[in-house]
Amino acid sequence: MTALLSIENLSIALPRGADRAHAAKDVSFTIDRGEVFCVVGESGSGKSLTAAAILGLLPPGVRASGGRILFEGQDLLQLSLPDLRRISGKRIGMVFQDPMTALNPLHTVGSQVAETFRIHTSLGRAEIADRVLDLLETMRLPEPRQIARAYPHELSGGQRQRCVIAMAMALEPALLIADEPTTALDVTTQAQILGLIRDLQARRGMGVMFITHDFGVVAEVATRIAVMRQGEVVEQGEAATILNRPRHPYSQALIAAMPALRPPPYQPSTAAPVLSVEGVHKTYRRRGRTVAALKDVSLTLRRGTTLGVVGESGSGKSTLARCLVKLVEPEQGAIRVLDTDITRLSGSAWRAQTGRIQMVFQDPFTSLNPRRRVGDLVTQGIAMRGIRGPDLKDRAEDLFRLVGLDPAAIDRFPHEFSGGQRQRIGLARALALEPDVLVADEPVSALDLSVQAQVLDLLASLRRKLGLSMVFITHDLRVAAQVCDRVAIMQRGEVVEEGPAETLLTAPTHPYSRELLAAVPGRGWAGGR
Amino acid sequence: MRILRLVLRRLSLSIPCLGIILAVLFFLLQLAPGDAVDALIGQMGTSDDTLSKLLRSYYGLDGSVVGQFTGYVGRLATLDLGLSIAYGKPVIDLILERLPVTVVLMVTSMAMAFTAGCVVGVIAARYVHRWPDTIISVLGMLVYSMPSFWFGLMAIVLFAVTLGWLPAGGISDLRAGHTGIAHLLDMAKHLVMPALTLGLIFFAVYLRVMRTAMVEVMTLDFMRTARAKGLQERAVLFRHALRNALLPMVTIAGLHASSMLGGAVVVESVFSLPGLGRLAQEAVVQRDLNMLLGITVMSSVLVIAVNLVIDIIYARLDPRIDVGA
Repeated sequence: MTALLSIENLSIALPRGADRAHAAKDVSFTIDRGEVFCVVGESGSGKSLTAAAILGLLPPGVRASGGRILFEGQDLLQLSLPDLRRISGKRIGMVFQDPMTALNPLHTVGSQVAETFRIHTSLGRAEIADRVLDLLETMRLPEPRQIARAYPHELSGGQRQRCVIAMAMALEPALLIADEPTTALDVTTQAQILGLIRDLQARRGMGVMFITHDFGVVAEVATRIAVMRQGEVVEQGEAATILNRPRHPYSQALIAAMPALRPPPYQPSTAAPVLSVEGVHKTYRRRGRTVAALKDVSLTLRRGTTLGVVGESGSGKSTLARCLVKLVEPEQGAIRVLDTDITRLSGSAWRAQTGRIQMVFQDPFTSLNPRRRVGDLVTQGIAMRGIRGPDLKDRAEDLFRLVGLDPAAIDRFPHEFSGGQRQRIGLARALALEPDVLVADEPVSALDLSVQAQVLDLLASLRRKLGLSMVFITHDLRVAAQVCDRVAIMQRGEVVEEGPAETLLTAPTHPYSRELLAAVPGRGWAGGR
Repeated sequence: MRILRLVLRRLSLSIPCLGIILAVLFFLLQLAPGDAVDALIGQMGTSDDTLSKLLRSYYGLDGSVVGQFTGYVGRLATLDLGLSIAYGKPVIDLILERLPVTVVLMVTSMAMAFTAGCVVGVIAARYVHRWPDTIISVLGMLVYSMPSFWFGLMAIVLFAVTLGWLPAGGISDLRAGHTGIAHLLDMAKHLVMPALTLGLIFFAVYLRVMRTAMVEVMTLDFMRTARAKGLQERAVLFRHALRNALLPMVTIAGLHASSMLGGAVVVESVFSLPGLGRLAQEAVVQRDLNMLLGITVMSSVLVIAVNLVIDIIYARLDPRIDVGA
């Protein structure tokens, strides 16, 4: 029997002037019915373009320059666009990464799901409507009738992704291509969506091509794996083999870069608290509704330690970070840095104190002003304190050395750096004022795994060298296990549990903490560093 | 329900808005030296103090400025815009006589510009960076950079004088004495060139906006979803891209409603059409304050009404618009 999908020596050419000639080079693999084939790689590995090539969805200027894509024995690359579209959606379904943008904002999700039926079948209106409701129910969406009538902006990310999957699954395709379908979702939602995809796959016996960068997710779903780097498949084989005994150095490095869910033994600190949050409340009012972003939050950070604040979107963790650096004013409670309650400081008094608590932001691409040289960005804070001229330049160079960047690069602009390098610049900027407390808001979640590992190593070494005290905000329990001494878990504005990382990440007591821990993908797999 | 709430909300905002416009206009016009009576006396060629006094009291120009304003607003409530000094007729009658021509001119040229802009913009976006797009973009730039009166004059030279296909000016052929359908057709024939002239520049704007909007929409993720569903390229374009691209178009069209009124003045002069624009121009020359005020009030109402319509269209197109609060 022939394979369901067989990609043979596929090459995808990039337009002239791109950073390399081929997005994919000589890629070959096969996917059978009833298996989940994971394509793993970091950004730029060509995994998404390989998937896009199957359905002829390559962006303008990018084209498949060689090889064959055989689906049920037919070479998809030889088909005309209209013929290919007759297969898309019917025999091959596709699910995309970002459910926020994958749906047309101007149509109800019901009509968008129904469109798949309208395109490929001659069913009547009433029957399509029934099928859509059935389908939404299969996707375990509550109140399918209401959901069908809703517009995408009225649904949560998880609900939207279920609708996108419903669209792809409508006609029971033989092959489902899922391009990072859970990357944009919260951990608990991710666990649900992964379960859903696995169930559907098992029940319908379809083949799944699952693209991801996350080895935890791979461990959760894969039957076979291909690892891609720079457009080439470096290794492929059975899931268990590659996860536990990777042969190619790159697969080994990738798996090694994956933070393990094993916190180091807890060493209690007796140092004095450097930051204490006491009974902080913050409510947002929007359209007459009030949302409690922070409810009676109290936390203590001792000098030289790292406190992790872990939660899903909407848990209030980012609001807390903003309160700590006084970007948001809480209504109640106190935030003390050493002995100063910063919530009571006036604008000018705060400006004199800003050096004591500094922040590193999540997105390394938008948190640096693109029109200023990175050296200036890093030293802006000290320049305001009256340091000028050659001293300033020396300081900038020192800071660059500190975060592992070439000091000669201080005259460049942010766009000349990679994501990981920019995050180092953000770190240098925050450290320039020698703060008592560093607040890091998801500093590694926008980075590739291997880069993430480097930045985490840097943070660890800085912590040892400078005795940093840090509040580390993250949604990723694995990362928290790597860097935090203590962890606070937040849900809907409240700290539901706080304790040493070691106990909290191995034996949590609060039901939500347990749910969160259970949802971490690949928990049963012992891999990682 | 959602739309009704929007209409009520916008209407409640537009009444104070109209009041402010009225006050600003009224007092601004008072700042100019001389009044209508000065202009009238100047035309008569005499300078009799008692006569001018008599005229001022007749036209209600002898009270205090504030008194005049409150009197004006009071009469406005009963749709009485006062007497035109230059014509000696009620302003409202004059405006209602001229308004249809301007409204027809604006609506037709707006409709033509919008439709043609959409169609050509979509074509340009479909072939972006290929030769059809390049030709369309160059033509659009050319049209955009020419003044509309020049187009009007050139059109008259070509179509009216040289070819004799269309009338050079006016709203209808008085000598022919058409009635009924024939009269309407005659008017339509007279409006072809003015409407084209007025619409051309807006066409160029809409074409560019539509092209950019379409090109941008086509890069969005949900377009890829639609293709992956198996929708053919043409359907992707019409069912998913077009409506999203229309959103910026509608915004721009709303902004243009007022500037189009300004453009109508020029076009009406070029084609000697008896519209609101010409009336306004005459009112300025003759210092016919009542008339000028009447016209501006009328056009503010028109612009506010158009914007209300635009808001409704926008809310119907985009379910994300928040009309509450």
